[in-house]
Amino acid sequence: MSSLSRLLHQTETAALQKPVSSSVHRETSSKLTVPNRLTVRLQAPVIQDIGGLAPGFVVLLSGTIYTARDAAHKKMIETLEQGEALPFDPQDQIIYYTGPTPTREGQTIGSAGPTSSYRMDPYTPALLELGLKGCIGKGERSPECMAAFAQFGAKYFLAIGGTGALISKCIRSSRVIAYEEMGTEAIRELQVEDMRLIVA
Amino acid sequence: MPSKPKVPGPQVQSLQDTLEPRHFDCGLLRDAVEQAVQNACIRLPPDVERNLELGLKQEKSDLAKEILQQIIDNSQLARNEQIPLCQDTGLQVVYLNVGRSVHFLSDPYEAINEGIRRGYTKGHLRKSVVRHPIDRQNTGDNTPAVIHTRIVEGNKVQITLAPKGAGSENMSRLKMFSPSAGREDIAQYVIETVTQGGGKPCPPLIVGLGIGGNFENCAELAKEALLRPLNDNSPDPIAAEMEDDLLRRILECGVGPMGLGGRTSAIGVKVNVAPCHIASLPVAVNLQCHAARHASIIL
Repeated sequence: MSSLSRLLHQTETAALQKPVSSSVHRETSSKLTVPNRLTVRLQAPVIQDIGGLAPGFVVLLSGTIYTARDAAHKKMIETLEQGEALPFDPQDQIIYYTGPTPTREGQTIGSAGPTSSYRMDPYTPALLELGLKGCIGKGERSPECMAAFAQFGAKYFLAIGGTGALISKCIRSSRVIAYEEMGTEAIRELQVEDMRLIVA
Repeated sequence: MPSKPKVPGPQVQSLQDTLEPRHFDCGLLRDAVEQAVQNACIRLPPDVERNLELGLKQEKSDLAKEILQQIIDNSQLARNEQIPLCQDTGLQVVYLNVGRSVHFLSDPYEAINEGIRRGYTKGHLRKSVVRHPIDRQNTGDNTPAVIHTRIVEGNKVQITLAPKGAGSENMSRLKMFSPSAGREDIAQYVIETVTQGGGKPCPPLIVGLGIGGNFENCAELAKEALLRPLNDNSPDPIAAEMEDDLLRRILECGVGPMGLGGRTSAIGVKVNVAPCHIASLPVAVNLQCHAARHASIIL
């Protein structure tokens, strides 16, 4: 028997009885795991109030969303600081933190899973202030950033990291709308259908 | 002809057929790398898939089960439709084992980088390397790779490619312990690394632990540990005990798939040890996400 399989058997009971061992994680799991998860459909841009979406809800997202990651965020914030207009108006929009692989001929997009969200924490509150309704990424974010989501009635959604092939299947169209020179980090406008997300 | 890519073994493979000097055409190396980078990015090694399935069978939480199922579905879809498993097709970490009777007819490092350049372009893989850590201009071809070279017996060349994503690499840690620290101090440091990382390094993880050597060597030990088959144990009895103990404790730590709770926080813990200075106890924890891709070829 493999070591993983052997240990899984040994720890079966122990794991159920034992509480999580770190405070960092305790906070995360109580926020994100609910016994009976509910599924809601959401259309982007988001015009309704989504402040009531509880952590752990599954969201099936359809509509128009925008991709941006490290470099595009940095440039957007510099643009705002110079008093200039952003490539798209963040009001009611959702940003997806992804840098897809190049698109093959005949395909809509390459592999397009979420990247770690914490790297966008310094930039996100300024966008939320402009009416951004949500971000899609993976992993924990800073308390300050999560407070800004709550303050502006916006939500942080989780996609499953490392499943970029699967996620690419719910993307119906993709076009670069800004920062083309950034390659994978350019801002893309995506049409998605039933993109499966978890409310953080 | 390059042989079929396969999961690399725990030991450096003996490359000895004969010590007859061999004039080695680096075009062979370039072409093998070009193929292997493309294969590695769309195919999970069978031992990784198997352990993910084991995790799924044992998982109690519905959310964790759903996440593991999607990870498994993703790997099947990627293989069937030739789509990269993950959009982060990584920085290429290359292990080049050179038989001591090999005489390269041109620069093997340039051949490896040229193979990567071609493979990443033809395979539509993401170019994720910047030329300078501060000015951050993308090199546009995913080069240069990080290349570790070792001289071994024989007249063959073994090349192992491990594209490494940044999510798990960024959550890895290194600490210079005092030799007064015990196994338990090291174990706690490892568990802390896993729990602090939470969902960011994309668990289920493979945890590579390097103990000993010096500052840079312990990091190399940790990284190389990630290439071992998932179901082996270290031949070193202390390291083997630590592997079992750490895996058991990580399964209990509660992080779970993507940090959302559950038992499958890791699918393997590998500990590599090396001699060290009387005053040192270097420890490095290199985390590997569930998309643990690699390929190895002997030429």
